[in-house]
Amino acid sequence: MADRREMWKALGMDVDTHDGLCAALPVAFGDVYLSQKNRPEGMAFWDFVVSDIHGIRPAELLEAQKEGRKVFGTFCVFVPDEVVVAANGIVTGLCGGSQFWVPDGEKVLPKSTCPLVKASVGARLGRTCPFFRIADMYVGETTCDGKKKAYEILGEDVPMYIMDLPQMKRECDILKWKDEIAAFAKKVEEFTGNTITPEKLDEAIRLINNKRKALARVFEARKNPDNIPISGTDALLVTQIAFFDDPARCAEMCNKLADELEERNRQGVSVFEKGTKRIMITGTPMAIPNWKLHHIVETSGAAVVCEEMCTGTRYFENLVEEGLPTLDEQFMALSKRYMKNNCACFTPNPGRVEDILRLAKEYHVDGVIDVNLKFCCLYDTEGYSVERALREAGIPVLGIETDYDDGDSEQLRTRIGAFVEMLG
Amino acid sequence: MTTYYIGIDIGSTCAKTVVLAETEEIALSFVLPTGWSSVDTAEEIRRRLCEAGYDPAELACVSTGYGRVSVPFARKTVTEITCHARGAMLLHHSRDLTVIDIGGQDTKIIRVEDGLVKDFMMNDKCSAGTGRFLEVMANTLGLRPDDMCDLARQGGGVSISSMCTVFAESEVISLIGKGEKKENIAFAVVDSIVKKVASQANRLEKGGPVCLTGGLCESDYIRQALGEQLHTQVQAVAEGRYAGAVGAALCARDLMKKG
Ligand code: SF4
Ligand code: SF4
Repeated sequence: MADRREMWKALGMDVDTHDGLCAALPVAFGDVYLSQKNRPEGMAFWDFVVSDIHGIRPAELLEAQKEGRKVFGTFCVFVPDEVVVAANGIVTGLCGGSQFWVPDGEKVLPKSTCPLVKASVGARLGRTCPFFRIADMYVGETTCDGKKKAYEILGEDVPMYIMDLPQMKRECDILKWKDEIAAFAKKVEEFTGNTITPEKLDEAIRLINNKRKALARVFEARKNPDNIPISGTDALLVTQIAFFDDPARCAEMCNKLADELEERNRQGVSVFEKGTKRIMITGTPMAIPNWKLHHIVETSGAAVVCEEMCTGTRYFENLVEEGLPTLDEQFMALSKRYMKNNCACFTPNPGRVEDILRLAKEYHVDGVIDVNLKFCCLYDTEGYSVERALREAGIPVLGIETDYDDGDSEQLRTRIGAFVEMLG
Repeated sequence: MTTYYIGIDIGSTCAKTVVLAETEEIALSFVLPTGWSSVDTAEEIRRRLCEAGYDPAELACVSTGYGRVSVPFARKTVTEITCHARGAMLLHHSRDLTVIDIGGQDTKIIRVEDGLVKDFMMNDKCSAGTGRFLEVMANTLGLRPDDMCDLARQGGGVSISSMCTVFAESEVISLIGKGEKKENIAFAVVDSIVKKVASQANRLEKGGPVCLTGGLCESDYIRQALGEQLHTQVQAVAEGRYAGAVGAALCARDLMKKG
């Protein structure tokens, strides 16, 4: 892949160090993904994307930039893609999910920062991820303290725009978020040189809604109580890639996959044996290539059937109202939809517990694993209410704290194995 | 002819083997140090079993513990949580109990209700509140772990604040440097581990008698100190360290019953 090396060099990447990642990723992917049995054929697309993950999409983005389009990098599902798309911009997720980037992040951040933040900062400062190089502007948000302060450091190296996310969900907070979206739209117009019209925004809203609907169809197929048409490990990859892919293509591929999964459900084609215990994972997001927990669960005799996380249901649930005539109404519709996301950064946050209890029913789960990345104070603390509510509802739950490092894999295997044994 | 079932619990420091008769009596039990290689340990266990007339090639055998995957002749592996719970139920003649196992690498607290594991907790990666912590501190004091626990009974008045084994060790070293009495340091070490285990146990809803299994259940003082922290009597039986292996043997019996 010599041509890719040229591209990476031109992007100012540290190509030699990056080679280390290029060497490790296929091995990890082979171990975790290609070793699985009975995979849906449709997964071939995602396998292909991962096989050249720092090549295919970055090359597309570079082409788009040549045509004058701008690329916005985001770190949170609260940043509204619709606004960027309406100005002919492109959004790409920028969350780091590998231990590979952590040491570079630790050069500037406290050790006691969550690995997602450390990896994201490390990927930028270490110049070892093309997406972090390509993005013309980063869009941050005031969610957790770790990210807020990390944005200040990133902002020294790249244009950075911060959206001020409310911490509560009162009526005034929804209005405030609407104003923030309007302000962001202005910024995007300035930066891209394109005007956002109600027509363009409505088109963008429909586009992103379609992507959400397609992802929801994939998840819908996972609700079948008698058949597991796709492994959680594969479904996780689909969601992870959705953060990077072109939204129209993402919708198309997800719909194709959903067709296949629905057919599998009709035919009774399952990835797992009948009676395999169904697990839902709740908590902090799993940025690509963080497949650690899913892999352990699914090689310990259970199946993951749902992820209540931002790389899961929180990404696609709830749609934005379509067909509104004015920007003002559209911004309000966007705010309403986004503010339905029950991230642990809100207080109080009863909606998240309600979501989890609802999802546990919808996906017919036998048990829940509530996971938080080390040093994520928000999800760690909220784990207390989540676990209590689940116990009260008679749903077995296992709380886990982990990071990107593989050092605790064996211990996790024991805990998760014991949890699965406990489910009977 | 009675049938026999083999349970092997390969922990981080010791490997425990039990042969259980159909009557649920322990026909044979022995402990070996795990050493560097659990594969070698497993082979040594096989040799000993054959010598005693229990060929694992012919009997159902289940392995557990952190080295459970290194036992080639085991028909199945089961996690130590399930095994400790089942073993403790048998040894303590109870189907409702809370099991505390202070292992070499990790400490487990298991709530058993009506004969089934209802919930459990394990300490995180770090070794605070585990047998390993105790061992490191005993080494620093130049004592055997069990002697240190006995000595702790006579001490008091000193405490260690660090939870991390490495920092706690330097605290112990500086206490030695200051000329603090050995029994007081021993007390501080045991006190620290007991408090850590108790605070973990307190996060779990308890019920039934609290039973201590694993190697440390042989220390009367630890049992008492833990009881004081938990405001309850902590029970222990002589075969407590074999709880995991007994549970594994019971799982081996299930394998045969299921056919
Ligand atoms: S977990 Fe919260 S902060 Fe993180 S991406 Fe999701 S909404 Fe944003
Ligand atoms: S996992 Fe927690 S600490 Fe990490 S970025 Fe998300 S909210 Fe912040």
